[in-house]
Amino acid sequence: MIPAPFEYHAPKSLEEALRLLDRHGDEAKLLAGGHSLLPMMKLRLAAPRFVIDLGRLKGLDYIREEQGMIAIGAMTTHAEIENSSLLRAKCPLLSETAAAIGDVQVRNRGTLGGSLAHADPAADYPASILALEAQMTMNSSMGVRAVDAAEFFLDMLTTQLRPGEILTEIRVPALGKGTGAAYCKLSQPASGYAVVGVAARVTLAAGKLAQIAVGVTGVGPKAYRAVNVEDALRGKKASEKLLAEAARHAARGVEALADLHASAGYRSEMAAVFTRRALERAVARAAGTKA
Amino acid sequence: MATATKYIGKPLKRKEDPRLIHGLAHYVDDLVLAGMLHAGFVRSPHAHALIKFVDTSKAQSAPGVVAVLTAEDVRGQIGAVPCAAVLPDMKAAPRPVLATGRVRFVGEAVAVVIASDRYALRDALDLVDVDYESLTPVVDPEKAISKGAPVLHEPSPDNVAYRWELEGGDIKKAFKQADKVIRQRILNQRLVPVAMEPRGVLAEYKPGEKTLTVWSSTQIPHLLKTQLAAMLGAPEHSVRVITPEVGGGFGSKLNVYPEEAVIAHLAMRLGRPVKWVETRRENFLCTIHGRDQIGDVEAAVTKDGVLLGVKWRIVADLGAYYQLLTPLIPTLTGLMLAGCYKVPAIRIEIIGALTNKMSTDAYRGAGRPEATYYIERLMDLIAAELKKDPAEIRRKNFPQPKDFPYATPTGVTYDSANYQKSLDLALQKSGYAKLRKEQAKLRKQGRYLGIGLSTYVEICAMGPSSAMPAGGWESATVRVEPTGKVTILTGASPHGQGQETSFAQMGAEILGLTPDDVHVVHGDTAAVPYGIGTFGSRGTAVGGTAAYKSLIKLRDKLAQIAGHLMGEDPQKLVFGDGRIWSKSAGNKSIGLIEAIGAAYVAKTLPPGMEPGLDATTFFEPSNFTFPFGAHVCVVEIDAETGDVRLLKYVAVDDCGNVLNPLLVEGQVHGGIVQAVGQAMFEEAVYDEHGQLITGELMDYALPRAGALPWMETHRTVTPSPVNPLGVKGVGEAGTIGATPAIINAVVDALAPFGVRHVDMPAKRERIWKLMHEAPPRRAPRAPAKAAARRQAGRRAK
Ligand SMILES: Cc1cc2nc3c(=O)[nH]c(=O)nc-3n(C[C@H](O)[C@H](O)[C@H](O)COP(=O)(O)OP(=O)(O)OC[C@H]3O[C@@H](n4cnc5c(N)ncnc54)[C@H](O)[C@@H]3O)c2cc1C
Repeated sequence: MIPAPFEYHAPKSLEEALRLLDRHGDEAKLLAGGHSLLPMMKLRLAAPRFVIDLGRLKGLDYIREEQGMIAIGAMTTHAEIENSSLLRAKCPLLSETAAAIGDVQVRNRGTLGGSLAHADPAADYPASILALEAQMTMNSSMGVRAVDAAEFFLDMLTTQLRPGEILTEIRVPALGKGTGAAYCKLSQPASGYAVVGVAARVTLAAGKLAQIAVGVTGVGPKAYRAVNVEDALRGKKASEKLLAEAARHAARGVEALADLHASAGYRSEMAAVFTRRALERAVARAAGTKA
Repeated sequence: MATATKYIGKPLKRKEDPRLIHGLAHYVDDLVLAGMLHAGFVRSPHAHALIKFVDTSKAQSAPGVVAVLTAEDVRGQIGAVPCAAVLPDMKAAPRPVLATGRVRFVGEAVAVVIASDRYALRDALDLVDVDYESLTPVVDPEKAISKGAPVLHEPSPDNVAYRWELEGGDIKKAFKQADKVIRQRILNQRLVPVAMEPRGVLAEYKPGEKTLTVWSSTQIPHLLKTQLAAMLGAPEHSVRVITPEVGGGFGSKLNVYPEEAVIAHLAMRLGRPVKWVETRRENFLCTIHGRDQIGDVEAAVTKDGVLLGVKWRIVADLGAYYQLLTPLIPTLTGLMLAGCYKVPAIRIEIIGALTNKMSTDAYRGAGRPEATYYIERLMDLIAAELKKDPAEIRRKNFPQPKDFPYATPTGVTYDSANYQKSLDLALQKSGYAKLRKEQAKLRKQGRYLGIGLSTYVEICAMGPSSAMPAGGWESATVRVEPTGKVTILTGASPHGQGQETSFAQMGAEILGLTPDDVHVVHGDTAAVPYGIGTFGSRGTAVGGTAAYKSLIKLRDKLAQIAGHLMGEDPQKLVFGDGRIWSKSAGNKSIGLIEAIGAAYVAKTLPPGMEPGLDATTFFEPSNFTFPFGAHVCVVEIDAETGDVRLLKYVAVDDCGNVLNPLLVEGQVHGGIVQAVGQAMFEEAVYDEHGQLITGELMDYALPRAGALPWMETHRTVTPSPVNPLGVKGVGEAGTIGATPAIINAVVDALAPFGVRHVDMPAKRERIWKLMHEAPPRRAPRAPAKAAARRQAGRRAK
């Protein structure tokens, strides 16, 4: 399992990384945790001539609170997100999602930025990033821009990131009182990736579902917001029946993927089941009835 | 054996573990020789194709490349891959070490590239240009043997490798007398063994000494040595095979592979050491697979559930070529199809089918898990049909303990057993009666608990030479060194079974030493007398017996010497604490080292006695052994997803006497886990083009720790009469006993849905479909839910 020859660069600063990226254009690949890129290189499904390692670069690995939001550097590992006391207190959905990724080794190496930039249709984070309406910050030598999560994922393995851009920061809201969120996942038995992963975030006000966001991963070619589910719930009083009925819309209009581990029909059905489970759990957490 | 023991039967920790845990052990990949070259294989991407042209020129001239060879270049210099199986009317399907004119499965080696380092090698592999003309592949074994299918090998125009038939008792009468006939098709899917360490070969030829040394990750060093000598035309006395640490085999390394011969040939041809280490993808594609049978059963039973007769028709997918034992494995299924039951009449037809896939061969259990799965599924089908408890049906058909040795209509004789006892213990330990009550209660709540039983018997300790293709004995030499240390050289080739520990326990017990004083050597044909190897749960029962007999020979010799020195009757001496004691006269003793010294210094030996302390035994067993047991598995199925959760597992195994219960438990645990793999997760899937679509661990699901239940292990002990240790063997029992217990539990859980059979692996979608196609019969709450979900599904589509 040996990759094709490549030239390795380990820039010390973001500026240097961006310069290298500009210089080598299409022939370069950024290396974060390497847990998606390196297997592809070893199988020779990817053969970049230049590998630009973000691992030596300082200042992209942080989790901090800024004006009611939590800012996370792109190079923050899954393990750091899983164990961050700040996230656990203020945005536990992300920690819960990180804990569902792979195994300890994968979580120790893989990064939030790498996972989002890679945009595997079965990756876990995208569901939660969508449900949290996160903001993605991207730097290039031309400057900085930010897009909403809903605009970030374009297609299978394709995002808003343009050549020459580095995803640098992900901002998620601190979840207040009355808000609950949950990530529920059906794992693929071999890879551990999501056959279906659903993140739900709900805010209860006066006993009604005031705000609601549901992100679904694993089902279609890209993660998506289950707007039909959200519409069926918004402004209504949460009940077991309502949640179950709304959850049935989870895969509506989505062309579900099919593989050895789940047919398209089964995936759609499981989208409904796991949407209901995530909603139930999120509502219970919002109401403070269950952890 | 002695009643009160100091080491035998004790749970000693494995002597081999520290070096493995500390990373100090050496596998083939860890070995480095001066001037070593690296080899890699260009493999066919086609399941079936003609090779029109191989252009090696680009690769030849690539940096670091030493040579590129195709079949043309080794023509007449390396013999075909050997097959030891001989069956009546078996057609030839020989495999050349490099594909010659035609490829017959994806992964078949077409060319070999040799380079100075692994990087240059990997790049050069892509530069070999092979021009193929693709042929229609045949992937499904039943289609392969039907009219008009593409033909793989000229000698078998119908792709039938052989038909193996067996009949015992009056089958016609049985079916005439039957109250009921039960039929079912039962599949045994193809599996990939996935040893943690893939295969690897390193070979070195010394032209001056004319010696060829081959390090290979194999279970059969001696047989490999003989076969390599034959394949290469090399004098066998100049060939030495060494197995360094072997990181798991499960039967997949009980073979002789093309790569072993090619690498050895290259070392001789190039005059430099050459190494090849298999990648995981290669391991999936071109190391043997296991199972892959389609079984059709028809059983004649009375209304009380007594078996009158069974007809089996089995189509076994052999793959494209014969490896060492490929054709033989399905016949082991045949031998064990009576299970642990009285089957008055049986008819078996096994058809070996050739397909464009990797060869199947021995994989943990090798034919017996298939047999046990069939018959144990059948017992549950009978119980379900007659609405009787599966335990009752089994008990009704067991032979009695007094019936042993018990001859089956398939022509084997079970050595000893008490099936009633192991079943009773399993039912008691699992709380079977309570579980049934719990199940009934939960069903009313729309929860689906399943309880599965399996009572198995297997054939082990392979075996008497009369029944084995290449000898069934095993050898051991024991040497007591002048300093009092003991070396046991065994012809068995342990690779994870722990015999470095259990044989040392035996040595310590018999000679009155400690296990640290005893060192076990295996896997070097220059050091160890000829042996057969480790497979078929034979290491202890056959190899251990050889070691035991050699140990006894030396103990007797030492007793003679000590008796002579002490003026005592040798018969009245006992060994312990490093000394030899007289039973008769007070506390009189001499140090063991004094007797050993006498043997080597040879001045005070009894008259006529040869000096030295070295004894060899070639032990020939009189029969196989037949371990047995009863397993109980409890599952719960998530009705919304079809996910099967294993809640509890109770295993009662009887492997006769036990040398080290820790090792036995380890084997049982590992075996159960591999059975969980087959029952719930694993399947090697080839698509219609013959591409292996589960060719890596991202798609081929192995059982993970999180999916496993607490495993409770218990034992009954019925010593085997066929060896003096009374041991039976336990290497495969778990795999054999557990698969049907798990599936029987799954089917039992689904009984309210009218389900009578589920094929392996019990994947969640498969189960979910079964539950949602037929709403449960008795559970009142679930149908509405199920209907709602079906509607949701329709909307979603
Ligand atoms: C055995 C195994 C199991 C796994 N299981 C799961 C699972 O259950 N769920 C799950 O979600 N994932 C799983 N993964 C994937 C894992 O989470 C990866 O770590 C992750 O998807 C990619 O992150 P990385 O940091 O390793 O990125 P890399 O592999 O280094 O990079 C991935 C891609 O993103 C690009 N990239 C990386 N960082 C940036 C950046 N800052 N800006 C722009 N582009 C960038 C790279 O150029 C590359 O194309 C698994 C991986 C393995 C090996």
